[in-house]
Order: sequence, then structure tokens, then C-alpha cells
Amino acid sequence: MRKVCTKILNITGNVVTVKADGIAYEELAQISTQRGSSLAQVIRLDGGLVHLQVFAGARGVSTGDEVLFLGHPMRVGFSYDMLGRIFSGSGEPRDNGPAIKDNEIEIAGPAANPSKRVIPSNMVRTNIPMIDVFNSLVESQKLPIFSVSGEPYDELLARIALQAEVDIILLGGIGLKYDQYMYFKNTLEEGGALSRTIFFVHTAADPIVEGLMVPDLTLAVAEKFALDGKKVLVLLTDMTNFADALKEIAITMEQVPSNRGYPGDLYSQLAARYEKAVDFEGAGSITILAVTTMPGDDVTHPVPDNTGYITEGQFYLRNGRIEPFGSLSRLKQLVNKNTRKDHRAVMDGMIQLYAQYKETEEKRSMGFRMSDWDKKLLKYGDLFEKEMMDLKVNIPLEKALDNGWRILADCFNPEETNFRTELVKEFWPNK
Amino acid sequence: MSKQKGEIIAINSNMIRVRFKDDIMQNEVAYVISGPKRLKAEVIKIRGDTAFLQVFEYTKGIKVGDNVEFSGKMLSVQLGPGLLAQIYDGLQNSLPDLAEEFGFFLPAGVELDAIDQKQNWLFTPLAKKGDKVTAGSVLGFVPEGIFQHKIMVPFYLNEEYVVEDVKGKGEYNVNEKIAVLKSAKGKEIDVTMMFEWPVKIPIDAYKEKMQPTESLITKIRIIDTLFPIAKGGTYCIPGPFGAGKTVLQQITSRHADVDIVIVAACGERAGEVVETLKEFPKLTDPRTGKSLMERTIIICNTSSMPVAAREASVYTASTIAEYYRQMGLNVLLLADSTSRWAQAMREISGRLEEIPGEEAYPAYLESRIASFYERAGVVKLHDGAMGSLTIGGTVSPAGGNFEEPVTQGTLKVVGAFHGLSRERADARKFPSVNPLESWSKYKNFIDDELVNRAKAILKQGEEVDQMMKVVGEEGTNLEDFLIFLKSAFLDGIYLQQNGFDEVDAATTGERQKYVFEKIDTILQKEFSFKDKTQARQFFYALRHKFIDWNYIKWDSDKFKSQEKEIDNFLGTGKVLMQAEQNI
Repeated sequence: MRKVCTKILNITGNVVTVKADGIAYEELAQISTQRGSSLAQVIRLDGGLVHLQVFAGARGVSTGDEVLFLGHPMRVGFSYDMLGRIFSGSGEPRDNGPAIKDNEIEIAGPAANPSKRVIPSNMVRTNIPMIDVFNSLVESQKLPIFSVSGEPYDELLARIALQAEVDIILLGGIGLKYDQYMYFKNTLEEGGALSRTIFFVHTAADPIVEGLMVPDLTLAVAEKFALDGKKVLVLLTDMTNFADALKEIAITMEQVPSNRGYPGDLYSQLAARYEKAVDFEGAGSITILAVTTMPGDDVTHPVPDNTGYITEGQFYLRNGRIEPFGSLSRLKQLVNKNTRKDHRAVMDGMIQLYAQYKETEEKRSMGFRMSDWDKKLLKYGDLFEKEMMDLKVNIPLEKALDNGWRILADCFNPEETNFRTELVKEFWPNK
Repeated sequence: MSKQKGEIIAINSNMIRVRFKDDIMQNEVAYVISGPKRLKAEVIKIRGDTAFLQVFEYTKGIKVGDNVEFSGKMLSVQLGPGLLAQIYDGLQNSLPDLAEEFGFFLPAGVELDAIDQKQNWLFTPLAKKGDKVTAGSVLGFVPEGIFQHKIMVPFYLNEEYVVEDVKGKGEYNVNEKIAVLKSAKGKEIDVTMMFEWPVKIPIDAYKEKMQPTESLITKIRIIDTLFPIAKGGTYCIPGPFGAGKTVLQQITSRHADVDIVIVAACGERAGEVVETLKEFPKLTDPRTGKSLMERTIIICNTSSMPVAAREASVYTASTIAEYYRQMGLNVLLLADSTSRWAQAMREISGRLEEIPGEEAYPAYLESRIASFYERAGVVKLHDGAMGSLTIGGTVSPAGGNFEEPVTQGTLKVVGAFHGLSRERADARKFPSVNPLESWSKYKNFIDDELVNRAKAILKQGEEVDQMMKVVGEEGTNLEDFLIFLKSAFLDGIYLQQNGFDEVDAATTGERQKYVFEKIDTILQKEFSFKDKTQARQFFYALRHKFIDWNYIKWDSDKFKSQEKEIDNFLGTGKVLMQAEQNI
């Protein structure tokens, strides 16, 4: 029994209001307008009034248009036939292929029970020393890439996607530029990964509300694959666009804004998505990498700030390099104890020295005389940036650790570093 | 109160408006009947014949017109034997039990018993017929893991009673009558080993609250030595993301010198809770030789779980903590993070359309924070025994800026402040507690004179460091440079600690005292170096030796030989330098 309304009472922003009874919270409806039809979702119920956010936007919606309630919340089809396919932000095919209607699943399902999770223990090797050595990526981790427009974050995302050993890749694009979308498609195709990839793409040209659904669609499908025992890598770009869509709806609904116009539940909203990253006991896993562009390169902006509190670390991409300061993988301690016994020591020791190099560089730029120690640090910093930080470097972890010791020995005596005598004896290269 | 019914008239996310008849109570628990599901909710505002309820579950699928059933009770927890080693959600449902019944995901609208109703406990009576008792008086005990779990007169019985009957030693479950009490008016009351208590009301079945004086050793050097915590005190750890708040809490939960640790994971990452709940059963508690889990209770409401239950979870945790304090135990409650709890209040407040305060937090934010921390304290019980509840909360300030309302509201009420700094975390100096900003009002177990001297050196060292950034190293005299080196030395080998090394992660109070005294002699020592390079080399070499020392087990032969090496080095260094000076 589907309910129909033919009178729209209010239209504000992308939210329309109708009068209807017996409608469930978050139920889906279809609005037929002159331009075609669009899905809409119930976002508030007040007495007999029903507020709906219209995915295609309220532009051109007439007060006389028909609203058909579908009697169920948002769903997405799930099938292995989806591999290699491209869908829109409302789950419709974008690639002229058939719609996937069998086996529909609800999106934004309940949270996983923490006691059914396992402690993540598999390192995802990327062959990027700044990740593998200093901030190892771990299966089931959720990690954002903090960046600003113009940085090669798409390239980084694509490179990790191609090199990571996973069964299925899901790409959720929110507010993607068309050429970004083509870049991902072509790169994954050339790398031979297209047949294990599913795209949910909302481009900048699509209505903004449609972008809101992308993370939920992507993650609902990912979750099904993970329950089926698959290792899934979810790439989301750009989550700042997602947060901005949330803000727009919140303001339209006259919610009290908390910080720079963003709603007070921004944290919970982002967390509900990121927390889908999981390693299920006795099944598969979901790893999430999400680009978050920082407006004005400001990490204290509410979107990167809330994200940082939710995710298990972050990669800062700046000047085409992954910054050693600020970048962090919280889960690295779970995997870097099992790689090589000097891994942790090299990781901490090299960064501490690089921090000192940065201070010295500051002094130099202010014109101070450089002491012998300063000169050593300057040499070290140069080598470090060239052989470790450059994103072009593509070497396995063990090679990168060896290079680390070589750089250290090139620049310092063992006692000038922080390494334990035991490690120095074993790893310090003899000249 | 009989069960009242109501009807939903509006839904806005997890807040619903309900029209009701007759009487309902503020903070009363109600259930939304949606098909087969019963979603738990709490009354948070009453206006005429409409009540505002926060729903503890996701509200997807509920409708205007759905029925609501009021329970007549406030939000409560079950108290009794069997709480230890449990992993609960914010409303005291056991997560492993939910997993067993419902699989990978958390079901909506399910309520389980927090305490196993069938398990038998060996009860030993302590009270006798004719004894006069009040709320909190001990009637007997049962063994629960490593503790004697005291069976007490339920805290809601607020008169004086005479014991009419106590069961003899034997096995009983939590629902069996173990005693009968008689009030002055002659009313007989049956007592079982389990009872309920509303979470938002502090338990006060003790004689008096005392001043916290005894140090609580966390085995984290920078905290114990410089900014100590007291048993029964409160402290907070604000810090930007990535500064290591959670790691610090985890290390504390492992090593802290208390009887029971309650971890309230409030609105944070599920992965971190998983680490605790999978690893603790495998770790042994050095104090008891038993599994760490036996002294731990985890209340876990992670960030993707419903927001209203997050608000409830810190109260659930403090109520259980207070319950164990009543048994004369030292309890530590770690709340991570109180900001998420405050944000949950903000979300609800926004949906109630209350006038927002700073950063849209409700106006009552500060008083709520204050009353939460006030639940800590050392108490003298009716039988003269002492119990304590220490509360440590992390704060996650937006943008890492401590000026925001939650940090400021917290700083007003806590006894110690361990501020984490991004600069220290970026430079991999862990724990990243900032020694220049942090403070503690509690008494130290190490001599104040030594501590103040160390703090002074750190402060001067920072000043010299700042100055060097302006005038450069060459513009700094050797004397100042030495202060800088001493300060960096103290920081590098004492304040920093490797939380992932078995030995270095936990430094006992005894060892701290011993090592810190040695460091003090170095800090006080007059050195005469030829130039800055020589001074730097000397201190770097010394640092190296101390770092090696930190990794060696206390009181082992290696520990002593390494100490000798340090002493020799200090001696020869002096000789060497004097010799060079003479030339």
C-alpha cells in the first residue's frame, strides 16, 4: 500500500514539506516533476507534516507535483555483477548497463558489535617509505588524506589502490570533477583493476543532496562483500564535500549550527561512516582511505578536525609529499613489531632527527652561523627528503629500512643518535 | 506508578515528541513500540501534555502515531556480583552476549540482563539477626574473581532497619532472598544480592567524604613525578587528535595501582576498545598474578553507536564505579572522551531547540561536567573502611584549542591537568604531556624540592631554547647552553617513556624515586666544558647511557652495572674536563 500526496506545502532549499500520515522516519519517496522524477528521503516528522530532502534538488519542483511514498528506506542492489560497473549517487547505473535490482540491501545499517571485531594485524604494503616505514597502513584501518586542492591526492589514492593486495575496491566519489572521475577510471583500467572495482560517483554537476548518499551506498555494498569474506578497500573522495552537503541540509532545516555553520552532529555523522571500517571475526574486512581537503589548508577547520578525532591517524599530503609531522597511523604499532626488529627504532629515530633538521633549517634561513652539528643535520635532512619522502620512491619496506641506516651512518656517529646500543651493533653500517 | 501510555507526535532524528495522559516523571524510561521492536528512550523535557524523549537507538522506521510505554522507573543499572570482567554497551547490555545472539551487528531494541541471573555464588553471611543496618551496611560477601564482593543493604533503603533473618553460608543466585530486614514501622523487606540504582543519582551510602591525599601511582614518570594524581582525585587529559590521549589512558588502565579499573569508551573508535577487550584477558596483573580483565569493566559506546546511549554511558560507568567503592576498594574510572559525551548533550539540546551557549553547547554544560567529576572522592564507609574513586577524563578540544567550553569547564573542577601538545607528539616525544603547561594540586610522593628544581630547569631550558631561536647558538653563552642541555636531557630520558617496551612502559614509584634523585644530582652539578660542542657530546653520550638504563629491569644485576657505568662516566667526564681546562 503506497501513499501518494499531490500537494506540496513548503519548498525551502532542497527540502519539501507535505502532509501525510503513517510515514516512517527515513522512508523513501519519489517525486515526479516536469523534469523527471527524483528520490527523496524523510528527514523530519512533525505531527502530520513530513519533511523530505530531494536528491535531485528542489529546483523546478511545483507545489502540485506528486509525492509517492515507497514504504521502505533507501536501498541498494547487491550482486557480484556490480564489479566493473559505475553507479550514480542514488544508486542508478551511470554506464548504460542494467540496473541492479535483485537482492536489495538497506543502507546505513546498524553498527558492528565491537566484540565481533578482531585486532587488525595485516600490514597493507604500499612500497611508499613514508607509509610503510613511518606510518604503516593496516588492513581495516580508516585513514583520511588531508590535503588541499592541487595536491596529487587522486594519484596517491590510485597508486595505493593498485598496489594494495585486496579483493575488491569500491570508489565513492562525492562532488568529483569529471576529469578526476575519468582519471580514476582510466588508471584502474590500465592497472588491470577495473574488473574488481565498483564506482559510486557523484560529480560536481549532480545535485548536492545526491552526494550525501554516496558514502552510505558504498559502505553498505562493501559491508556485504566483507561479510562474504572479502578484503575490501573503500576509497572516498572528497569527504569535505559530503560534510558541506550535510551543512546545507542542516541550515535549511534551521538547526542550530555549532561551528562555522556545521551541524552539532557532524562528528556522529562522519563517525557513522568511518566506523564501518572493520575486520570481522571469521569474515572479511573493510579498509577506508578518504580524501579530506582542508579549506584554506587549515587543519582546525571543523571537517578535518572532527575527522582526525574519528579516524585512526591521517596522512598529510603537502607539496607533493607525505609530511612526516602530523601524519600518523595509529595502528602501526600492531604490525611494525612483526616486520623487522629495527623498524620501530628507525621510525622514531629518523623522525626525531628530521625534526631537529627542521629547526636548524629555520635557524639557517634566519642567517645564523651553522655549527658542525647543524651541518650534519642539514646533510641528513637533504638525504632524508630525497630518499625517503619523495613520492617517486617505490621500494619495499626492508630496502627502505636499509637505506635509513645508510643515511644515518652517512651523517652521524652512533652516539649522536638515540638508538639502543644493541641495535647499533647489529644494523649500523661499517665503513 | 502504573504503566502509562503515550503516542508519538513528532520525530527529529533521535528526539521524539510524545503526547501522554496522567503522570510521568522526568528522566523516566519509556519504550517506543515499533512493530516487534521496543526502542528504549528517556524523558528529558515535559511541556504540558507533551514529553520530549531521547531515543537510545536509531529511529529509522518509526512513525508518528506509534505507541510509547512509560516504565515508571528512571534509567538504572543492575548492581550485584558478576559485573567484573564484563563488556557492556552504554545501557549495560553485554556485548559478547549480544554477539552470541545476534551476530555481527548490534540489534535495535534489545535489552539483556546485565548480570547472569542463574549463576550461583557462595554467600558467606557477616550480619546477624538483630543487627542494626542502613543502606550500604554489609550483610555478607561472595567471592568474585580476586575480590570479596560485599553484599550490602540496597542503597535505596533510606531508613534504619533491624536484620530479621540472614541465610547461612551457601550457594545462591542473585534473585534468591538472602536476608530479611525490618523497618522501625515493622515493615519486612526481602533483600537479594542484586538491586537497581538510577545512574544519574550519585550513590551516597557512606559516612563521609574525605580529602584525597594518597598518591595514585600510574607508573608513567612524567605524571607521577611532576603532575601526580591522588586516589579519589580527578584529572583531565586534553589534547588534539594524534597526541596520544587514548594510548595514555590504555597504559594507565594496565599499570595503575588500584583495585578496579572501569574503562568508559565514550564515543571513540571501536578499534581501540577491541584492543583492550582482546588483549586484557591475556595480560597478567603484576599485583595479583591474575588476568588484567579480572579487575576491569568496559563500558563501550563507540562513535557509531546511538548518541543518546553515549550520554548515558558515563553515568552507567560512574554508578558501577561507586558501587565497588562502597566495598572499600580503590576504583579508577577512565572516561575517553568526555568531549564526545558533551557533544551528545549538545546534539540533544539542539533538537530540543534550547537557546545555545558557546559553540552551541547547552548552558548547563559546565554544571553537568562538574557533577560528573564530583562523583569521585575518598569516602569513609559506615564500617570505618575507606574506598576511593578516581576519575580521569580525556578531552578532545576542537582544533586542539584549549579555550573551548568543554576543556574550560573541565579545568575548573579537576585536581590535575595533563595537557598534551601537538608539538611534542609531532617530535615523537611520548607521552606528549606538556611539562610547562600541566599542573597538579595533589601532593607528591617525591620531595617537592627536587620536583620544583626539575620544573625550574625545564622552564629555563625552554627560555634558552626560545632565545636561541632569535640569537642563534653562537649568541648564547655556555652557561645558558648548559641549562638547555640539562633540560633536554631530563626530558629525553625521564619525561619521555616508551609505552611499547615492556620495562620502560611502567616505572614503579620506588624506581622513579631512585632514578629521579640521581638525575637531580646531575641537574645540580656544576660542569665546566671547553665549548658547546664538547658539552653537547657529553650530554648526548650520557643520554644514551640513561636510555639503555631505562630498558633494564629494576634491581637486576644489569641495572646495577649500568648504573656503575653512568657513575664512572660522570666521574671521568669531570676529570677529563678539568684536565682540559688546566691546559
